[in-house]
Amino acid sequence: MNLMIIRITLRALLGRRRALLLLPIPVLLIGLTAFAGSSNVPVERWAPMLLNGMGLGVLLPLTALIVGSSALGLEIEDGTITHILTKPLPRREIILSKLVVAWLVTTVAAGVPLGAAGIIADSTRLGWGLFAGAAVGALAYSALFLALSVVTRRPVIIGMSYILIWENLLGAYVDGTKVLSVRQFSSTITDTVTGELILKSTLSVTTALVMAGVFVILATVAATHRLRSFSLAGDTN
Amino acid sequence: MIELTSVSRWYGNVVAVNDVTLTIGPGVTGLLGPNGAGKTTVLHMMAGFLAPSQGTVLVNGTPSWRNPEVYRSLGLVTERESVPGYLTAWEFVHASAVLHKLPDAKAAARRAIDLVEMGDAMDRRISTYSKGMRQRTRVAAALVHDPSVLLLDEPFNGMDPRQRMHMMDLLHRMAGEGRTILFSSHILEEVERLSGTVQVIVSGRLAASGDYRHIRRLMTNRPHEFVISSSDDRRLAAALMGLPSVSGVELGTAGLQVRANDFGGFTRELAKVAKAQDIRLAQLLPSDESLERVFSYLVAS
Repeated sequence: MNLMIIRITLRALLGRRRALLLLPIPVLLIGLTAFAGSSNVPVERWAPMLLNGMGLGVLLPLTALIVGSSALGLEIEDGTITHILTKPLPRREIILSKLVVAWLVTTVAAGVPLGAAGIIADSTRLGWGLFAGAAVGALAYSALFLALSVVTRRPVIIGMSYILIWENLLGAYVDGTKVLSVRQFSSTITDTVTGELILKSTLSVTTALVMAGVFVILATVAATHRLRSFSLAGDTN
Repeated sequence: MIELTSVSRWYGNVVAVNDVTLTIGPGVTGLLGPNGAGKTTVLHMMAGFLAPSQGTVLVNGTPSWRNPEVYRSLGLVTERESVPGYLTAWEFVHASAVLHKLPDAKAAARRAIDLVEMGDAMDRRISTYSKGMRQRTRVAAALVHDPSVLLLDEPFNGMDPRQRMHMMDLLHRMAGEGRTILFSSHILEEVERLSGTVQVIVSGRLAASGDYRHIRRLMTNRPHEFVISSSDDRRLAAALMGLPSVSGVELGTAGLQVRANDFGGFTRELAKVAKAQDIRLAQLLPSDESLERVFSYLVAS
């Protein structure tokens, strides 16, 4: 971990106009939750769709995608990555610092509004559950999208395909995809912490935690490995 | 000290760098060549940002590829003008010093900023700087850890003559402290004031290397080609063949093609010859002044 990299990355992420992209969905989520909560419809009827579908299914992965692919990806894109790479730093240190920033920012930008929505919808317990689920999901997503930004040139498109096709489409119909779906980890953790199956998760908590760990480790190892042999194009391309 | 031994680099079928062997020691060295000759590829291999397909690249005795430790004694200024514009020069250079884990990062940053004379503007955001100031800021960040080897890719690109002179002085000053300074350039005039050694790269091959003055002389003394049209090309051709400065004459559809091996002598004598023969000159065009031709002449010699 490197404090200077963390500080500069935070400034780069939050100092750009791109950071404003993180605002609309949380506002919408909290607004809708407040609206649904004020109606007479029982919470079990709308909570899975709103909190799981929109919260853990859209807000969390989109936030993680924007943040995770920017934490290092923007520097790769504009070439400023060379300033960090021309230092005698272990590449692991660079990746871990970027991961911590992406995780923290995603947890604050998605986990906090999700927790607030949980409290509004039902109880403090659900609030904590959603926050915990979002925090675990944020870590797995951040590691995944950070790795994509180092390994491919199109992290956003590939990340988006993962969210839309793998998690939201296949995840709904093909049971086997669930162990490789971060969204399922988040909802499982949420239900476990809350103490009831309000999000109707299907994985066991052990599976969710182990698989989230596998995601984080594999993605971080791949990203570090790739950063070690980071190449700059010559003048022949 | 940089040592390349039989280094080649290819991308698929395209050979970017072809069997280059060279050693670069302390002092200022210019890496010259036309665009696309492979200068950047060579620099990137030296800086550890590209693996050689073949051969070895050593900086201070250790390979630079996949070896971050090499940056303890190596600084790089890339061609791409990439700076975090949201930082001030001070923040940027200081961050570099901290990332190098220097014992006194503040003092090191201050020293580097003073060296490039950016002290007055160091608290302004980099995005407000002129091109020359950004370049100097990047140089400061690249030498904040007092490296013994400094690589600069096209550092004079887009600079005006004053900024260029300033940068050249800076490079010479650093070389005077015993550093190995290597910069690339595709413009001969840019290195006018240079008094070090030169490595010329053409089409991925090392075409010439040695003292700058020697290379410069080779370049000015190379055969020049002219196309002349006159009132009587045939008679002029015969007369020109009598000049010692002319090595070949050919009558073509475009006019008279003349190859001169002494540029100065030929241009002085041409008018005299024409006058003596009572031939009117209509046009005199140098036909091989492109840089690529100049450089490829060096390959042949």
